[in-house]
Amino acid sequence: MQHFLITRLASAAIVVFGVTSLVFFMIHLIPGDPVEVMLGESARVADRENLRHALGLDRPVLVQWLDYLYHIARLDFGVSLHSKESITSILLMHIPATIELTLIALLFAIVISLPLGILAALNKNSGWDRAAMTVSLLGVSIPNFLMGPLLILLFSMYLGWLPVSGRDAPESVILPALTLGTAMAAILSRMVRATLLEVINEDYIRTARAKGLSRFRVILLHALPNTLLPVITLLGLQLGALLAGAVITEVVFSWPGIGQLTIDAIHKRDYPLVQSCILLISLTYVLVNIATDILYCVADPRIRLGQES
Amino acid sequence: MKAKTHKSLRILAHWPIAIIICWCLFALLGPLLPLQPNEIDLTRILLPPGEASVLGYDDLGRPIFDRVILGAKTSFLVSLWVVIVSLLIGVTLGIVSAYYGGWFDHVVVQIIDIFLAFPGILLAIALAGIMGPGIENVVIALSTVGWVGYARLTRAQVLSVKQREHIQAAVALGSQSTSIFYKHILPLILAPIIVEASFGIAGIVIAEAGLSFLGLGVQPPEASWGNMIRDGARYLLVAPHMVLVPGIVLMLVVLAVNLAGDRLRDYFDVRLRSSV
Repeated sequence: MQHFLITRLASAAIVVFGVTSLVFFMIHLIPGDPVEVMLGESARVADRENLRHALGLDRPVLVQWLDYLYHIARLDFGVSLHSKESITSILLMHIPATIELTLIALLFAIVISLPLGILAALNKNSGWDRAAMTVSLLGVSIPNFLMGPLLILLFSMYLGWLPVSGRDAPESVILPALTLGTAMAAILSRMVRATLLEVINEDYIRTARAKGLSRFRVILLHALPNTLLPVITLLGLQLGALLAGAVITEVVFSWPGIGQLTIDAIHKRDYPLVQSCILLISLTYVLVNIATDILYCVADPRIRLGQES
Repeated sequence: MKAKTHKSLRILAHWPIAIIICWCLFALLGPLLPLQPNEIDLTRILLPPGEASVLGYDDLGRPIFDRVILGAKTSFLVSLWVVIVSLLIGVTLGIVSAYYGGWFDHVVVQIIDIFLAFPGILLAIALAGIMGPGIENVVIALSTVGWVGYARLTRAQVLSVKQREHIQAAVALGSQSTSIFYKHILPLILAPIIVEASFGIAGIVIAEAGLSFLGLGVQPPEASWGNMIRDGARYLLVAPHMVLVPGIVLMLVVLAVNLAGDRLRDYFDVRLRSSV
């Protein structure tokens, strides 16, 4: 276990270092002079030089890079070009909205996918199965930026049940979370169906049936817990898609989270803020993945032993 | 009579292929058609589908049918280029790193891990946002994200193939590395890569539309299904067709490509091979 933890954390450290460096070098991808892009072509030379100096762009790249890593390590993201506020405080202001959105989307995804996957697996190759899998295929094929407007059209405009956008009322979160959750529910329900189909052919399921337990009890208490382990791993991996999807969903619904902040910063050419948002989302994803990996190993000793041998 | 209905049903089952062919044809032949996707006419603003135009008009009075065709060109070109560039980089790196191993392999695996640490199309959003809008930058941004999957898949495939006896024999007989790649390794690993690429295209179509939806993709006068949906979202209540038409077209193409990918996978029996 210790060996596994050390190697896993070491490779994670390299990934974190790589991601941070990649984000740093992004600003050097700006075509031409980044300062000119930020200020516009009509800016005065003195202003350009001031900004160049303020951003540290007049120093050698290597020095800039080490300086960037040093500041990130101390959680100091610098100052926004646009509002001149500390980026850390801007990020902290927008984080709760994104956490709320992704957690509720995750909840929706689980609530939709579990019954759909179980229904499909228990009635394999029946009309139910085909219907559930068609719904799931549609869910994968409808991107967030289409699902969002469709849900707004139905629930806000025709039915008038839910607000169109913003985060003013508690029920505002329902439509964005549903938009974000459906794509994930589509993938999850396929996974639930596939793993459940494998599990119900196991010997212990037949034993449970043979000793007279009801079908319902067998599925709920014997089959489902064994299905959940791979599903939970997939949840961890899918969180990345959820975070990236949150960017587009937040824009559709004007949801004041990190995603909306990222796109606003891109349009305002506030590159330090863009870098910090991308870094925050990616590092969150890396950390969640490590946590999922470790939890999985704690829960299933077979994986641990397999890795060590 | 019965046989006839059966036959037409069987043709109906090929609708994904039909949609993909239409997509390619409209994308390639669009410029030859008498279309006026950028003709602004204020007298027909937001007109719904009807006699005047099959699919209605948008907020500037431009015919939506013509703009959807123009959007097909954008998504087709972007998909084509991104798949080509990603395949070239990914497959080459995957083969070389798996075949030679050693420190180069370690470095490649590490780089793959770093790129995989960026969730979904987030890296593409960041790159397109920083490099600025335009179809070339969309291709660069999506390829930067796209090569990783092919590199990982190719590497895994080569690792399992290179132990086979015929490769060992070719090495022992003194064949050149390049000829071993092309004649002995590539044909064996091609099927899973083709399947992966076909699903990849569905992802690229969505990603391109997504970038354009965020205002980071193609710019006017070019059209993309993504920015058509964005423009339409503002007129959702008065003119839902502005979102529905490009949305349904996008969905059908993605669905068709996904289903075609499923069939390719069954045809090549890829899952069977990887599970054995």
